[in-house]
Parts: sequence; C-alpha cells; structure tokens
Amino acid sequence: MARKLWRRAAPLLFWLLVWELLALAVDRRALAAAWTAGDWGGVLEALRYGQELLLPAPLAVAEELLELAAGAELWRTAALSLLRIFGGALAGTILGTALAAATSASPWADRLLSPAVKVVRAVPVASFIVLVLLWVERDLVPVTISALMVLPVIWGSVSKGVAQTDGQLLELARAYRFGRWKTLSLVYVPSVLPYFASGCRTALGLGWKAGVAAEVLCLPAAAIGSQIYFAKIYLETTALFAWTLVVIALSFALEQAVGRLLGRLDRWKGGGPCQSSGD
Amino acid sequence: MPELRGLTLSFGPKRVLEGFSLSLPGEGITALSGPSGCGKTTLLRVLAGLEPLQAGTVEGLDPADTVLLFQENRLLPWRTAAQQIADVLPGAGRGDAEAWLALAGLAGEGARYPAALSGGMARRLALVRAMALAAERRAWLLLDEPFTGVDEGRAEALMEAVRGLGLPVLLCAHEAHTLSMADRVVRLSGPPLAAIGEKRGDLPDFSRKGP
Repeated sequence: MARKLWRRAAPLLFWLLVWELLALAVDRRALAAAWTAGDWGGVLEALRYGQELLLPAPLAVAEELLELAAGAELWRTAALSLLRIFGGALAGTILGTALAAATSASPWADRLLSPAVKVVRAVPVASFIVLVLLWVERDLVPVTISALMVLPVIWGSVSKGVAQTDGQLLELARAYRFGRWKTLSLVYVPSVLPYFASGCRTALGLGWKAGVAAEVLCLPAAAIGSQIYFAKIYLETTALFAWTLVVIALSFALEQAVGRLLGRLDRWKGGGPCQSSGD
Repeated sequence: MPELRGLTLSFGPKRVLEGFSLSLPGEGITALSGPSGCGKTTLLRVLAGLEPLQAGTVEGLDPADTVLLFQENRLLPWRTAAQQIADVLPGAGRGDAEAWLALAGLAGEGARYPAALSGGMARRLALVRAMALAAERRAWLLLDEPFTGVDEGRAEALMEAVRGLGLPVLLCAHEAHTLSMADRVVRLSGPPLAAIGEKRGDLPDFSRKGP
C-alpha cells in the first residue's frame, strides 16, 4: 500500500521540484539580491512565491487554490463549466451516434453527410468559437463548441464499429431471422460498444478543452474560461495557474468517471462469472 | 420430397456446383460425406438460402423452412450460454433454455460466456441452439459438421436427441462414427460436387423412412 502510494507520489513530487527550481531560476535576481543583503525574509519569499508575473512557485499556486476553494466561487464556477461542457458533449455524442447510424445504414446519407462531418473535423477550434459566438447566445457557445468537437469523433468511432461488425454473426442473424430490432440489439450494439467507449474517452477530453477555450473567448458569467481570461487581463499569473490546475483536475476526474462507467461493458471478454478449464 | 435439380454455382473461376442434382427423403437423417472442400458446405448454404444459385432449382424445400448449423459456432461473444438459446426462442419458450443446455451437457453452465467454453462445449451449444430454433419452427435441420471437437459418447446422445425432434435432417460429416448414425449416407466428390454413391444406414429405425 505504502509502496503503491510512493510510486504514484514520486513522479508528482519530482515535477513539483522541477517547477520550483524553474521558478527559482526565473526569480534568480531577487533571490541573489536578498541573499547578498542577508535578507532572510526576502529569500524565503523568493522560495515561496517565485517570480509571480512570469512563473509563480508551486506554493504560491497552492495557496491561491486553497483560497479559491475556501470560497463558494470556485465550486459554483467549476460546476457550471462542467455542466455546460458536459451537456454539450452529451448532445454531441447522441447526435454523432445518430449520424453514424444513418450514414452506416444508407449510402446516400453517407455521401451527403460525410463531407460535412469531415469539414467540421478539419475546421480550427478558434474559427468555430468566433463564428458560433456570432450565431448563438454567449452562454451557449461552450455547449455548442463542445458538441461540435465531440460529434465527429463519436461519428467516426461508431461508424468504424459498425463497419467492423463480424459478417459471420450478421449472416447468422439473417439466417436465424432475428429481425431488425434483435439484430441491432444483439449484434450491432455490442460490436460497436468498445469503439464507442474509446471514442467517448477521446472525445470528452477534446470537448472539455475546446469548451474551456470557448469560455475564454466568449466569457460567460460564471465559467472557468472567464476566470482564466481575467487572470490574463490583470496579469494574475498565479490565478491563471490555479484555474488551469482546476481544468486539469476536472479533466482527470471526468476521464476516470467515464472510464469506470464504460469499463463495465467488456465484462464478457473474461468469459463470465465462473472461469473453468472446460472439458 | 425435396428435389435438387441442376444446381450451378461458382465462386470466381472455381466451379463448386455444376448441374448438381439429388433427391432427398422428406424425413429421417441424411448424411453427406465427402472429402474436405468438395462443396458440401456450399450445398447446405444454398439450401439455407445463403448462396444465390446461378442456375437450377430446389423444389419442396423453402429456405425459410431450414435452420442451418454453420460450420463455425458463431456464438455471440457477449451473450451467456443460456442467453444464446433464449435469444432464438420466442418469449414464451425461453423457459426451456435450461433444458436445452442440459441436453448439450451444459447444465449449470448457463452463466458462462463463450470465451470460457471449451471447443467441444461451444460446438454443443451451437448445435442445441440450432436444434431449439428448428424445433420451434418445425424446420429442416441442416447440420454442417455438427460434432467437430465433440467426443463420440456425447455425439451419440446428441444424435439421438436430434432424431427425437422428428424433423428432417441433412448433415455433412466425415467421421465414420457420425455417418454410421445416419439413416442414409450420400457419398460425394468434387468440386464440382457430384453424388457418387449412396448407402442406407444400419440403424434399427432406418426402415421407417419414406418410400
């Protein structure tokens, strides 16, 4: 247990140390000045805060984070951002799946829709954000952007899953007259699920980052992205670091949650509740 | 009594069926024997309506009235053994899944997924799935190498159960043991597929076969 904890903590500590050293290197003048003047308070301050404008030290960022976490603002902002972006991702997932079903089922739908989806995939996020900002209400931009980022990824992975469905099983479904619904639920859906799950993992990270970027550009009332923007405007680099850490933490949390949810789907691969050697 | 007349089918340059004709008895167990690759599997697939014929007719045997046990097991990897059976039965018949499993020698193994079944177990499961469906539909049972990986004792018991369904059966096999359990054996060569001989089985009830 302790060893496992150490294995996880060691890399984290290593990178914190690298960060601290970099911050000290950036702040070396102030540090040297305080040192030669014998100003111990100045040395400690340099260690603790670093050069706050360019590269704040880890401790300073941690302090800022704690301060934020103590108030309601951080939680409300994070929750709203999550809700917004996750809602968009959900809409994108549903739409992407529906589109993939349509393009897999009908060659004409494929011919008509595939180019559009490919274009959506190729357009830079920034162009989309600016355009969408012109079209929809400010608060809806992150939702829309997250949906637009997620949609092509889900579309691609579900389409691939459909294309990879075992032809022998489809023939069995035909020969045993499963009918449409049974073929869909017993053959297509289980075949597509692993592709869908891996698509979701990729798409969620993408949608989350693009959603925060959209918030930075369109500044909804309570949003992580807006906070990042204000931190930049007022040169509060420490706050910028703190909010970025919030984005990273939420990203990890989301990934974990979705991974856990989707991880249950592959149960059958192990062979079931009672493994035995057979006869 | 089904009549196959002038069946012709080629895959690219390979002529698998070329004017193949055969009359089948409308009941009992008929076995097709012949070397691997002679076209037995293709013939069963034609009868199941899975291969479009280039010429020829099949009279008295509608593909809709057949259930084919494929040469491969084709179990759904994400369904448990019990579900494999229940999936082919109508809602009302699902309670019988356990009885079919018992017939396959898989009593109590219903919760296992195919990945946890041995080759023989999976084959038996695929066979009883086809049997359950054929019994439900009162359909012809077309069995492609039904006893691959199944030991002789179990094969014999399963063959008795197949016979007990009272459905017409057409199977292809090459093990002498399986062939000895059929009412009638048609010897084939190919490709292109040709009937080169016929032998009536020596099971006690072969005499109840049709005219």
